[in-house]
Amino acid sequence: MSGKIYVPRDAAAVSVGADAVARALTRQITSRRLDVSVIRNGSRGMFWLEPLVEVETPSGRMAYGPVSVEALEDLLSVGMLEGKPHALCLGLTEEIPFLKKQERLTFARCGITDPVSLSDYVGQGGYRGLEKALRLMPETIVQQVVTSGLRGRGGAGFPTGIKWRTVLETEADQKYIVCNADEGDSGTYADRMIMEGDPFVLIEGMTIAALAVGATSGYIYLRSEYPHAFRTVRRAIGIAYEKGYLGADVAGSGKRFDLEVRLGAGAYICGEETSLLESLEGKRGQIRFKPPLPAIKGLFGKPTVVNNVISLATVPIILDKGGAFYRDFGMGKSRGTLTIQLAGNVKHGGLVEKAFGLTLREAIYDFGGGTASGRPLRAVQVGGPLGAYFPASLLDTPLDYEAFAERKGMLGHGGIVVFDDTVDLARQARFAMEFCAVESCGKCTPCRIGSTRGVEVIDKIIANEDRAKNLELLGDLCEVLTDGSLCALGGLISFPVQSAIRHFPEDFAKPAPPPARGIGQNQETRSWH
Amino acid sequence: MGKAQEWDAEKARSRIHELAHLPGALLPILHALQDDFGHIDKAAVPLIADALNLSHAEVHGVITFYHDFRYNPRGKHILKICRAESCQAMGCESMIRHVEDRLGVRLGGTTDDQLFTLEPVYCLGNCALSPAVMLDEKLYGRVSSDVADSLIDNAQRHA
Repeated sequence: MSGKIYVPRDAAAVSVGADAVARALTRQITSRRLDVSVIRNGSRGMFWLEPLVEVETPSGRMAYGPVSVEALEDLLSVGMLEGKPHALCLGLTEEIPFLKKQERLTFARCGITDPVSLSDYVGQGGYRGLEKALRLMPETIVQQVVTSGLRGRGGAGFPTGIKWRTVLETEADQKYIVCNADEGDSGTYADRMIMEGDPFVLIEGMTIAALAVGATSGYIYLRSEYPHAFRTVRRAIGIAYEKGYLGADVAGSGKRFDLEVRLGAGAYICGEETSLLESLEGKRGQIRFKPPLPAIKGLFGKPTVVNNVISLATVPIILDKGGAFYRDFGMGKSRGTLTIQLAGNVKHGGLVEKAFGLTLREAIYDFGGGTASGRPLRAVQVGGPLGAYFPASLLDTPLDYEAFAERKGMLGHGGIVVFDDTVDLARQARFAMEFCAVESCGKCTPCRIGSTRGVEVIDKIIANEDRAKNLELLGDLCEVLTDGSLCALGGLISFPVQSAIRHFPEDFAKPAPPPARGIGQNQETRSWH
Repeated sequence: MGKAQEWDAEKARSRIHELAHLPGALLPILHALQDDFGHIDKAAVPLIADALNLSHAEVHGVITFYHDFRYNPRGKHILKICRAESCQAMGCESMIRHVEDRLGVRLGGTTDDQLFTLEPVYCLGNCALSPAVMLDEKLYGRVSSDVADSLIDNAQRHA
């Protein structure tokens, strides 16, 4: 009998030994002369179970995890290849509650297929969205995306269809589609997972965007911290060209779309869209003034769609099943699904795709299983380094753009970082300012200088120097940063700082700690070059 | 890194010319040079400026803007250690102190034997398996001080 066994190639799975498991498995299969092929799939997103090995059986895929090289001998001798029970056997993958309770639309194929197999992609419903789009007028494609209610998943939450309409209605000899794959927020990895686990869905989404607005050229701007994703995306683009899904005649339509993946160079700020465009043009990644919007004057001065990976990867299913199908998931003005990423001190860290409206508590406890350390949860940061710190009393907040905004927080890219009761929020507030100082592009004064002053003021507060006066000063400084910064980095850095003060005032009232050495070199003396 | 070659102006010139036709060619060129030579030699600045019709100052400005690009040679192994929030929540700071103490160098520095450069990074996208590090483009998760030690031991054995 010819069998199939799956071992993920996702970088996170590899980071805990998936490559070694795949190699050992291949050796065992060869030496036992078995007719079984090892397929390197994407990750299902249940990272505490990685390396998660799946075996194809007549009743479905059977999961084993976390599998180590040492456990393989035993697993094979009890009959893992026939799906037999073992202490590491998790039952049918699809029945694992963490996965079963999800609503996977964007991630429908991720973890199921070989990410660089175009036939797997097409066999699992891939390129049906493009097929439909090719029969539609550009206005109709845009209308489907507007109807879906899809909002930018990068964090800003701007309606994707409205952005596309602006580009469609702007006359130009050249237009661009740019994918923002500079996923720099701590606690987020959904973009990386889709690029490593189902890259063709991103390519298809960008191709549909190009048809919708009349663009012929596209770029994926990918952060250099993701070398695995870079290799996978580059390979997938190569295959799409070979099979006629990219290039001069997209799927035999006579329409051109060229796509290239470009590497960033370690600057967080290049996740801001205008800074990203500067970087793609080969310049310092400094913010541009808006207006003009990139939709009117973007890359090389031409109308440009700049969308996040998940936004673009969601477009194929919207075109395939219709805008109304997608819109019927979610709550209020947050339509469709959110890709929640459970991170930090959480027992079951992983990706949860679910309609908007799940509460933080449900995400962290029902899916995440509480803290990894087993200690009480004390704080959660949602939305990356510019997101607010929430205390346990706000855990009933639904995951919805507006609900977070009402509580002076933001949903951002959907990353949830859990902290237990050992966290010191004064140190987290200091880190936020330090991060802002390291990553500021330097164009506007509030962010460039204010962030460094912020670190100094918080140091004084921690050291118990004129606390009341310095807390007031920090409040003023946050106001200047919020109102006076050009972009979201300086503009939102007061979220983590002020939420820490608001919800955890006791951490700013502790006796001054004894001096301890920090890590790394001081900002002034750090030598990057 | 180990595979880096000695600076060679002719090789650099031909790499630059292979890529100069790309729209926005500067970042791809800088990545190519750093991949080939391990760093960007100052002598590359006029070559790039000339090929792209930019001023030396513009090229210098771009090289110094991005954390990735370096004028000076780095260690044979690049150990990037994440110190962002998710890794903090799992205690990365004590692991970082341990690594700094063991190698006798702070984040951002290179060991005297030129074997390791420690680089701080802010997120490697492995936040469900924090703390995370990346050694020479290989990602590792759940990196305790012990795991970090074994990675360093292994690299030292193959030095």
